[in-house]
Amino acid sequence: MDKTGPLMLTKTRRPKYLNVLKIYLPVTGVASILHRISGVLLFLSIPFLIYALSLSLRSPESFAQVTSFFDNMFMRAFSLILLYSLAHHFFAGIRFLLLDLDVGIDLKTARASALGVILAGLLVFVLAVVGVLL
Amino acid sequence: MSIRAQGMRAWLLQRLSGAYIGLYLLIALFTLGTGPALDYTRWHHLLSQPVVSIASLLFFFFILIHAWVGIRDVLLDYVQLTALRFSILIVLALGLLTMGIWVSMILFSVVRL
Repeated sequence: MDKTGPLMLTKTRRPKYLNVLKIYLPVTGVASILHRISGVLLFLSIPFLIYALSLSLRSPESFAQVTSFFDNMFMRAFSLILLYSLAHHFFAGIRFLLLDLDVGIDLKTARASALGVILAGLLVFVLAVVGVLL
Repeated sequence: MSIRAQGMRAWLLQRLSGAYIGLYLLIALFTLGTGPALDYTRWHHLLSQPVVSIASLLFFFFILIHAWVGIRDVLLDYVQLTALRFSILIVLALGLLTMGIWVSMILFSVVRL
C-alpha cells in the first residue's frame, strides 16, 4: 500500500477519545474482563476474609459474631457479589487452563466455552440468591 | 524455553497456584458440605489438624502469589506512569506480605502438633 495515500488518511480519522460504549466486546472478551474484575474484587476481599477467619477461630462467641455478620442484608448482598466473583473466576480460570493446554482452542469451541463459563457463574449466583431468600 | 525467560515464571506460577486454589476450594466445599452442621467445635477441630492446617497455609500462600501476579498484570495494563506503578507495587507487596504473616499466625495458633 502507498504509505502516503490511504494510510495517512485513515490515521487522521482515528477517534480522539475512547468511547467504551461503542466497543463491541465478543463473548470471549466478556468472560475475560469478568475474570479480571472478579479477580480484583476477590483480591480486595482477602483482608476481610482473614479477619473473619481469625474471629471464627478465637472463641465460640466470636464464631457466632462472624455468622451474625450475615444477618445484615447489606452484608448478604456483598457476600453474594463475592460468591459470584469466586464462581466466575473459578470457571473462567479452568477454561483458561484448558486453553493453555490447547483444549478447546478453536474459535467455535472457545466461544461456546466462554458463554458456558458466563452462564455457569450466573447460575451459581441465581442459586445463591434463591438460597438466601428462601 | 528457560524458566527465567521474561514473564515465564509468573505465567507458570499463576497457573500452578490457580490449580491448587481451585482444588482446595473443591475439597473444602465437599468437606464442609458433608457431615454435621458447622459450629465452632467442628470448625476449630478441623483446622487444628496438621494436614488441614498445612493445606490451608499453602492455600493462603498461593492466593497471595496469585494476587501478586494478577494485580501486577492489571497494574501493568492500566497504570502507565512508571513511578506511580512502582509505588503501588511496593504497597501491594508489603500488604500481601503482612497478610501472609497474619494468616500464618492465625493458623499456627490453632494447629495441634
